[in-house]
Amino acid sequence: MSIATTAQAPAKSGRGTLYRGNEGMWSWVGHRITGVVIFFFLLVHVLDTALVRVSPEAYDAVIGTYQNPVMAVGEVGLVAAIVFHAFNGLRIILVDFWKGGTKYHKQMLWAVLILWVVTIAAFSIRHLSLAFGGH
Amino acid sequence: MSVTTEPIIAAPRTGRIDPKYLRSKGSSGSFEMLTWLFMRLSGVLLVVLIFVHLFSNLMVGDGINGIDFGFVAGKWADPFWQFWDLALLWLAMLHGTNGVRTIINDYAERDGVRFWLKMILYVATVVIIVLGTLVIFTFEPCLVDGAGNLLEASPAFCETR
Repeated sequence: MSIATTAQAPAKSGRGTLYRGNEGMWSWVGHRITGVVIFFFLLVHVLDTALVRVSPEAYDAVIGTYQNPVMAVGEVGLVAAIVFHAFNGLRIILVDFWKGGTKYHKQMLWAVLILWVVTIAAFSIRHLSLAFGGH
Repeated sequence: MSVTTEPIIAAPRTGRIDPKYLRSKGSSGSFEMLTWLFMRLSGVLLVVLIFVHLFSNLMVGDGINGIDFGFVAGKWADPFWQFWDLALLWLAMLHGTNGVRTIINDYAERDGVRFWLKMILYVATVVIIVLGTLVIFTFEPCLVDGAGNLLEASPAFCETR
């Protein structure tokens, strides 16, 4: 019992303890937030693409709003969310199915973040130079 | 001793779960296991499908500046890209819907709120999947005006038809 009391301080009266988490929790939070963001973009993206069935003018007008420097920054943010969700999702699969997964889950998160930064750097250079470089 | 004020917490899975903490009666165990497996299988496929989708649409050629009606028409003239986008639509919508379903189950505590949020989600999912599928397979790239002339926005390959 004495070990239990030293390992976790008793909560102050009227307040609970707040678990602030480590790599495991924050990657879970990031996965949820990016997942929701991607899902709502997906709904919009199917609707904007569906405009090809309305008329070429309607499609070109709406898709044209994506083609400016301000939206290009937002598109980099969207792709950053997608790429994080993709790489972290592969990490989750490895945690679940690879026998070393739970032992190396923290190292795999750092690998995810490094690959994510490299991928987004490459994407940003290409995409922003196209968007800011004009037509 | 001060330790006597600390409640003794039973180890997980010790004894039965109090029925008041169970949200649904009966066993939905195998369904939840199948959705868990689906998230992983579709996830692997979606990484490939989406990365190629983003690369072929945004990284090559004129990138985002090249996307217009003619670009979409050119892509969907090839059944390969029709089925690529169809797989993308279905897998991404089902994967995303199950993810949002999980989040609703986690955070919406009242039964009625949880039920209606999921109903809205499922209706939206069916509408988007049906709409997207119809768009891919009923799309007509070479549109003509009343006089039978090709519209200006038509892709170049329409001229040779």
